[in-house]
Amino acid sequence: MKAGIQFLSGNDAAAAGAALARPQVIAVYPITPQTTLVERLAQWHADGELECEFLNVESEHSALSACMGACALGARTFTATSSQGLLYMCECLHYASGGRFPIVMVNANRALALPWNIYGDQRDSLSQLECGWIQLYAGDAQEALDLVLQSYRIAEDPRVVTPVMLNVDGFSLTHTYEAVAVPEEAEADAYLPRFSPAFRMDLEAPLSLGFSAGPRDNTAFKIAQMKGIAEAEGALEEADAEFARLFGRARGGALATWGLEGAEAVLVSLGTLGGQVRAAAEALRAEGLRVGSLRLRMLRPFPAESLRKALAGVRTVGVLERNVSTGFEGTVCSQVRAALHPLGQGTPGVAGFTGGLGGRDLAPKDIEGIFRRLLLHGGSSDNAVHWVDPGVELA
Amino acid sequence: MPEPEFIPQLGFLPEEPFVGHKACAGCGGTVALRLALKVLGPRVFVGVPAGCMSAVGFLYPQMAFGVNAMISTFPGTASLLSGMAAAVRAFGLKDVHVVGFAGDGGTADIGLQALSGAIDRGDRIIYICYDNEAYMNTGVQKSSLTPVGAGTTTSPVGRSLRGSSGPKKDLFEVIAAHGLAYAATASVGYPQDYMKKVLKAASAEGTSYIQVLAPCPTGWGSASDSAGELGRLAVDTGLWPLREFEGGRHRLNREPEKFAPLKSYFEAQGRFRHFRAEAIAAAEIERDAKWARLRSRIHSGV
Repeated sequence: MKAGIQFLSGNDAAAAGAALARPQVIAVYPITPQTTLVERLAQWHADGELECEFLNVESEHSALSACMGACALGARTFTATSSQGLLYMCECLHYASGGRFPIVMVNANRALALPWNIYGDQRDSLSQLECGWIQLYAGDAQEALDLVLQSYRIAEDPRVVTPVMLNVDGFSLTHTYEAVAVPEEAEADAYLPRFSPAFRMDLEAPLSLGFSAGPRDNTAFKIAQMKGIAEAEGALEEADAEFARLFGRARGGALATWGLEGAEAVLVSLGTLGGQVRAAAEALRAEGLRVGSLRLRMLRPFPAESLRKALAGVRTVGVLERNVSTGFEGTVCSQVRAALHPLGQGTPGVAGFTGGLGGRDLAPKDIEGIFRRLLLHGGSSDNAVHWVDPGVELA
Repeated sequence: MPEPEFIPQLGFLPEEPFVGHKACAGCGGTVALRLALKVLGPRVFVGVPAGCMSAVGFLYPQMAFGVNAMISTFPGTASLLSGMAAAVRAFGLKDVHVVGFAGDGGTADIGLQALSGAIDRGDRIIYICYDNEAYMNTGVQKSSLTPVGAGTTTSPVGRSLRGSSGPKKDLFEVIAAHGLAYAATASVGYPQDYMKKVLKAASAEGTSYIQVLAPCPTGWGSASDSAGELGRLAVDTGLWPLREFEGGRHRLNREPEKFAPLKSYFEAQGRFRHFRAEAIAAAEIERDAKWARLRSRIHSGV
């Protein structure tokens, strides 16, 4: 892994970020499209460039379980997964957040079976919004690298102590290449202090961890957990400010916005869709249409207050996601609706759009079409899902 | 019969590393756990899955362990231990042990994948399966280590089905087939043998595994002072051979000239209440066949 400007895929960039964080234990299990990420780490480890304990485990459940075991002793840990693997981890996801193990994991967003599909959408991570992890979404390879480093700052922040799931879009980010600035190891070391958790197993002062709490005490632990994760948005902003000071580039906080000023319609999205939405908004602005883009970089904790500030005064908000909550509407759409609702009289109309499932392409004309629809019709009066280029006739 | 050995002569930890738990009276599992911790000493990292030992030892704010300990997920005992062992290597810690205590269901059923992986990597962990032959914590449901014919709440004795239908999985053979550093069976009825095996496991260069029979009076329907006696009878009747696998070779630790009568073992337990002469005769045939296989294999040096 060389420092400086490199031509890297999203997975390469995330792997570089992970290596620069100097995890002491890495536990991995292969799954497409995450595989090249862990292959890079394995190669650097084999070449002696990455000093760590590298465990090839027997399942994703074991990967996260092993990270918890290592973290209990005070080791910094890293793992990565995708799709079915994330679901196979599900028990451990809740376990790690409830146990306050500040693990950092990259999830390559991919469709869920059935039907089988290895391509990108966001149903995997969005199905796990309630697992107590901080959820971040990267928009490009540079952001993937930068956010891995920032994730450790956030996860290990003594106010937060909560694991982070950093999501990168399967293939559209994991397998596409761009120029990425890779920091020097010394720079990364200066940014990321050594992990020294307040609570860890200690031979001199033994601890019980991961215990039971009955009806009397259970709520207290959940409130403490809620307080911890609530600090994560502020911790992200601080981590980013420090990042900007050391590396000269800021990623921004929970929201990445473009063209919100004077916008009549704003389209909210996640991950690489954000780039497409921004490009469409730029094209339409050039035609004189008042549209803007808002990419959510953080979905847990949900940046509700920031979202209200950003969107107050906007007439119509669309939400475009590669996901649907079967039986209702888009999950992100529900979150946005709920967050905007307290604006009362001035609440923007909201309309939900689902497209790009299972790796299906979304073309610029599709996204421009969404903007035009929002300008023409405003928000929905119901929770209808608007399917974007579904490839089938809609009855 | 060798000379009796007294536990204090082996020089183990006098402090109690596991006290104040709320296990049932006469629990064999807690004996297995406590004795092992006495052998291993205070420099340990313990993983215990969701199950009896975690339910009785970790109810906040009353922690029963005097050493570092953590509940793992039910399937994740061995994988948690693998992570702990990795951290031990990463930190360069010396003279420490990473040890797990899981029941038969947590080992032979839901936790087998992780255990197999840990052994495959040769992770330096001590995995102790306290085998009480059913899922006791949830109310005595059948596991794959429940013996044939035993009544459990999910293999009840009914008009057409008479208790657990299949034979007890030969998990020890499955584990030994991995070719690990050290494996043994033991019984809480023979504590000196068990503790010496824990000591051997502690010095093994790689993964070690001990499957210790730990009678459960609650689940077995036996008297609350019966765990020791039933643990001995299981060995003396030949139902639970004491064995070791070390340096790639199998060894029998005890070869009784004559087995104690099976009837004495079965009639002391409610789970075998329905056993009549035919069931006992069938168990005897199965036991003898197993010993014939064991003896021919071990004495032929394979």
